[in-house]
Amino acid sequence: MSLTKKDVAKVANLARIKMDDAKLEELAPQLSNIIGFVEQLSEVDTDNVEPLASVVDINLRLREDKVTDGGYQKEILANAPDSLEGYFVVPKVVE
Amino acid sequence: MSALIKGETGDWEIVIGMEIHAQVTAESKLFSGSATSFGAEQNTQVSFVDAAMPGMLPVLNKLCVEQAVKTGLGLNAKINETSIFARKNYFYADLPQGYQISQFEDPIVGEGKIEIDLPDGTTKDIGITRLHLEQDAGKSIHDQHPTKSYVDLNRSGCALMEIVSEPDIRGPEEAAAYINKIRMILRYLETCDGNMDEGSMRADVNISVRHPGDELGTRAEIKNVNSVKAIQQAIDFEVERQIDHIESGNKVVQETRLWDPVKMETRSMRSKEEAHDYRYFPDPDLLPLVLEDGLIEKMKATLPELPDQKKHRFMNDYGLSLYDSSVLIAEKSRAEYFEAVANDNDAPESAKLAANWVINELLGALKKDEKRLADSPISAEQLGGLINLITDNTISGKIAKDVFAEMYSSGKDAAAIVEEKGLKQVTDTGEIEAIVDKVIADNPDNVEKYKGGKDKLFGFFVGQVMKETGGKANPAMVNELLKKKLS
Repeated sequence: MSLTKKDVAKVANLARIKMDDAKLEELAPQLSNIIGFVEQLSEVDTDNVEPLASVVDINLRLREDKVTDGGYQKEILANAPDSLEGYFVVPKVVE
Repeated sequence: MSALIKGETGDWEIVIGMEIHAQVTAESKLFSGSATSFGAEQNTQVSFVDAAMPGMLPVLNKLCVEQAVKTGLGLNAKINETSIFARKNYFYADLPQGYQISQFEDPIVGEGKIEIDLPDGTTKDIGITRLHLEQDAGKSIHDQHPTKSYVDLNRSGCALMEIVSEPDIRGPEEAAAYINKIRMILRYLETCDGNMDEGSMRADVNISVRHPGDELGTRAEIKNVNSVKAIQQAIDFEVERQIDHIESGNKVVQETRLWDPVKMETRSMRSKEEAHDYRYFPDPDLLPLVLEDGLIEKMKATLPELPDQKKHRFMNDYGLSLYDSSVLIAEKSRAEYFEAVANDNDAPESAKLAANWVINELLGALKKDEKRLADSPISAEQLGGLINLITDNTISGKIAKDVFAEMYSSGKDAAAIVEEKGLKQVTDTGEIEAIVDKVIADNPDNVEKYKGGKDKLFGFFVGQVMKETGGKANPAMVNELLKKKLS
């Protein structure tokens, strides 16, 4: 499978990575190579094989429904570029 | 009930499917130990997991799993022993992870169905496609600053159940009946408080139109409909918009639209288009969820009698109509109140009387005063006492209404009021007969006219007897005696 420049632009946009035209041009064949490499897996016959969501044979651990965390607003906001009165402040995002 | 809409190109049928997001009733979040209570100070119920700090790992809440299973059973649905959490990728300021942990191909609950009650007194089955567990996002506030949004992550990571219906809903009434029934089931099960005002239950509505018998039309997804009324208004608007659009030669585009309750219209959310490419994949931080042996049976044993079971039991055991039954089951406490009233009396007609008195008199009076049933000045036992007095002929139904009014304002027992005011029905044949004789003797003209064929005058005689007895004569006995004496 080969990716076009348009495909790469779409993926970049979905990942919120800004990319100029030259970079898209450069990355299209590289990404195509990676996909080509991974596509070798499709040569394996997987008929009648259940999809595998995990490779370890243990069950998911559950926790009791107890409040054991939270209550540290200051720490939560410590890395925020901007905050006010306990809120994160971000550029306006509204529909 | 599936009302067709007349258009220029023929009749149109409305096709609706709903996605309801219900916040799971639990103390802590789906994957972290921070609290979930509503109305806390901003960002105080946030752990490093909820804020998506690097290296934090999600640990699933056992109760949320049980609540989802219980809800699935309440929706008569198939419970999947194995389900898988997947990442739904999109960017938004109130989603710190950059993805929502949800379930995609393998949800915890599969197909089910519920029965909805329609205003015309019929019922209809609506299919449930699935129910899955997922994280809620945080909350953004946009109206405090001209160029900034404020973000509170308290809600971030709270457990949601997304309940998806089949496109079986055929109009605004059915949509309202569906959401009401889902809310009722959740409240009976105590798996979600169903409070739409606080956002613990929210709905997205998928709407399309078609000519009856055609393939499904292209749908629009309406967001931001936060009350049953808004859902109905949004459907009305959107259906008209789509029909106009198609009949003027255009095609409906599959898109997300936002309901604006102020302008009463739906608007396209163009910015959402790209975001629909969610690139789901199994969350590598979480193993598949395999339900512990016996969990489904254990949850089955905890199920209360569900609204529809209760409804059918009221119809079968008490002989109530579908309408009365569905009014009574609307709230668990209401149904319990009714049963306490009805079971207080052995007379066969007492259950229907109890239903009438609860629905028409008590609920009517409470509604007028904007009171809840829990604040009723008349207890179930007291109302049962009043109905006893009716069924054993101590008072007539008409007098009972006066007694009820007095009970409602004073909180006294019916028997005490009847005693105090001397309202006991006269059932002594001799006493009534004497009055009947007197009324006949006092009105010779009317007796003659009645005998001459003026049947309507019978009511006049009943009225006179009632007047003489202050309304206390047993109406059945009055009728019987009058008929005998006038023939």
